[in-house]
Amino acid sequence: MAESAELKLSAELTDYARKIAGVARAAGLDFFETRFEVVDYDTMCQIAAYGGFPQRYPHWRFGMEYEKLRKQHVYGLGRIYEMVINNDPCYAYLLSDNEMTDQKLVMAHVYAHCDFFKNNIWFSKTNRRMMDEFANHATRVRRHIDREGFEPVEKFVDVCVSIENLIDPHSAFMRRESLERPAATATGRRIHAEQQVVRYQTKPYLERWVNPPERLKEERQKLIDRGRGEHHSIPPQPMRDVLLFLLKYAPLEDWEADILSIVREESYYYAPQGQTKIMNEGWATFWHSRLMTRHLLKDDELITYCDHHAGTLATSPGNLNPYKMGVEIFRDIEERWNKGQFGKEFDECPSIEERRRRDTKAMLGMEKVFEVRRVYNDVTFIDEFLTADLADRLKLYHYRYDPATRRMVVVDRDFEKIKAQLLFALTNHGQPYIYIADGNYRNRGELYMAHRHTGADLDIRFAVETLKNVQAVWRRPVHLQAQINDEMVLFSFDGQQSQQQKIHADLPKPAHKV
Amino acid sequence: MERSTVDYAELRGSGPVSIEKDYQRFRQIVKGKIRGDLRKFLTRGELLGKEGKHLISIPVRGVDLPHFRFGDNNDGGVGTGEAGVGDNVDGQGDGKGAGGTNPGAHIMEVEVSLDELADILAEELQLPRIEPRGKHVITSKKERYSGLRQSGPESLRHFKRTFKHALRRQIMSGTYNPDSPRIVPIRRDRRYRSWKTVLKPQSNAVLLYMMDVSGSMGDEQKELVRLEAFWIDAWLRRNYEGIDSRYIVHDVRAQEVDRDTFYRLREDGGTKISSAFKLAKHLLDQHYQPDEWNIYLFHFSDGDNSSETDSRECCRILREQLLPQINMFGYCQVASAYGSGNFINVIHEHLDDCDNVITSRVNNKDDIYDSLKTFFTKGK
Repeated sequence: MAESAELKLSAELTDYARKIAGVARAAGLDFFETRFEVVDYDTMCQIAAYGGFPQRYPHWRFGMEYEKLRKQHVYGLGRIYEMVINNDPCYAYLLSDNEMTDQKLVMAHVYAHCDFFKNNIWFSKTNRRMMDEFANHATRVRRHIDREGFEPVEKFVDVCVSIENLIDPHSAFMRRESLERPAATATGRRIHAEQQVVRYQTKPYLERWVNPPERLKEERQKLIDRGRGEHHSIPPQPMRDVLLFLLKYAPLEDWEADILSIVREESYYYAPQGQTKIMNEGWATFWHSRLMTRHLLKDDELITYCDHHAGTLATSPGNLNPYKMGVEIFRDIEERWNKGQFGKEFDECPSIEERRRRDTKAMLGMEKVFEVRRVYNDVTFIDEFLTADLADRLKLYHYRYDPATRRMVVVDRDFEKIKAQLLFALTNHGQPYIYIADGNYRNRGELYMAHRHTGADLDIRFAVETLKNVQAVWRRPVHLQAQINDEMVLFSFDGQQSQQQKIHADLPKPAHKV
Repeated sequence: MERSTVDYAELRGSGPVSIEKDYQRFRQIVKGKIRGDLRKFLTRGELLGKEGKHLISIPVRGVDLPHFRFGDNNDGGVGTGEAGVGDNVDGQGDGKGAGGTNPGAHIMEVEVSLDELADILAEELQLPRIEPRGKHVITSKKERYSGLRQSGPESLRHFKRTFKHALRRQIMSGTYNPDSPRIVPIRRDRRYRSWKTVLKPQSNAVLLYMMDVSGSMGDEQKELVRLEAFWIDAWLRRNYEGIDSRYIVHDVRAQEVDRDTFYRLREDGGTKISSAFKLAKHLLDQHYQPDEWNIYLFHFSDGDNSSETDSRECCRILREQLLPQINMFGYCQVASAYGSGNFINVIHEHLDDCDNVITSRVNNKDDIYDSLKTFFTKGK
């Protein structure tokens, strides 16, 4: 990075950074080395538009994001106090025109974010040298631009970005059945069967008894027989990582495959941040308020601090404030576990009053919040720790579009409904589940995708347009099966024409049902 | 026409990252100069949000690349607040509750002044060629305070900036004492306001808006007309000083009304477009001589005239009496649920050879922008 325009961290800030890191460590936070940089608001908007990184490949959508952020700032609608990047070392940007009180608050906030990045399990598979990786991506895309021209590359990036959400965020944590399939020949099947047969590890002289040859032979034969009758479909199972599938099987030029892989990698990198928005912000807020009020605030900073802290927790129309939601839940956990308000005995206690007054002096709060920050994500977090009491205290309600008045109206304050609604909005980051159901539909190399209906229909207009982009990668005709108004509909695009039809019995079935 | 709103490059320090190219590329896409294939993903929203006293909120334009995503048929969301069951929570009106879980699209509303709004328009529209008429000059000079300089008359001294510079100098030179903070500005600390002379085209132009308020024009149609007329007004007023606006509403009879009534009035009954044209003619004859005024006529209707005869009569009036003395006649037809919408065809049929007649159709809010473009790209 060019050093010129960054303002050097002042001695005062450096001092504070060291001091805050000290109290944060003492309080139990565990973070990567954190490097602060002070930037002016415009640079901040640029970096934020680039998703936190100073180096990205050229694309107009960053310019769009930049304009939006900048206008927000200029018109006083929103202000980015800090940006922090999941990287080792952690990079954090401070806004140069923040007051010193803000800077302290922000630094405390940042250390908690870093702790979260480092320790939350959902981040454990992310690349911690992403700063370099993003710069490499930029170089690679630029090289493609030099060779292929600006517009073809840009158009292809558009296509990839349009389908960037079709990944499988859980795949990093489990082994999905491999895409490799046995070759269709008899030898291929035999080799495959050989690999699949279960063999226990043992000393050579015990081999005959631990893995008796007769049993191995029998199993091998079983596998071969099973393989023979089976229709070998690609993918072997419905597959959520559409991008991976396309990378593997779509007839892409090298540069196209490279761009698709870049978009996919960046998508995976950002996925945990989407999965833990409420927790991450809640955790950071929990800690900045704790560290500020217990260790860092000077008397004359109190008012400013309160004002800005309240600002971050304010609820604004159209958004459920993740900072507020998160911090309230973390505080509630701390209190409940300190007082022993958990477990079977507590849950089964019929008297509300008794539950409220219960205090076993268990003092397990701190331990619990650290455990929660380690293993939960937003969905499990809300599912487990948003209690009816808390929902009541947070004044949550359920709203819905009222067609009669064309407005959003409050429907009720029923806890179960609220929770279901919240979980729905958080599951898969509020996005539909799309699977590859068949990579060789009708045995004509057509791609068949399917939407698993989870309560809400797809946006048809967008689905049709997105499908065109999938086709731009796949090249052969593509199909999307989706449930619209309780009817199964098949959207198709063959490169020329979009088509939709109701799915009836005569239509050829894809390899897998979703 | 290259008149960008704010020159961001100028405002920006040279940071370590430069998003300039991406930004310019995006602007070009929005302006429709490149990548026409992305135009259909432009988020436009409603052109006019709220209209405050001096500020209007307009959405910031963006390009929304398609993703697979849920439609708006899902089961609402969760918010927080005091709202009772049945209260509105979408930020309109006085709903007490606020908040929701649904992520917004790329639509953000910002409040801008009318001037900025017109600048935004300027990126895509052209000014009509208003000609010098009568004894009025076409441009007038205006002074605007726009910057600072180091010399100037004391009456224009900028106290705050002067103070700031003095303070800065004293702190740097170590003569500032926080216990006795006395700031003494010296000559080179002083800052004075400076001004720039702006040329503004000025001319005598009159805009005459005519609207059909017959029974077939529903609230939706009125809203469309209101928006369209508002933008025409905002656009021209920003660029020319001394513009007169007159408003005529008609059903079977026409009457002149004030601006406020023009937008709010709802009448019933049949339609006789010629009545409005006759009144327009009368008005022009009385107040606006064509050798002194640039005259712009806009007529909004759902195109549902009472009779063919009257439509032909309209064309006759236009051709013989109005068109010779005006700069432009803009006819904007809004889609209506019941109207036959035939008037636009009659105009095409009879007045096709008149190049100061421009027509456009507006079926929904998204069309307004295009309609404005038809009216204002020809530079009439």
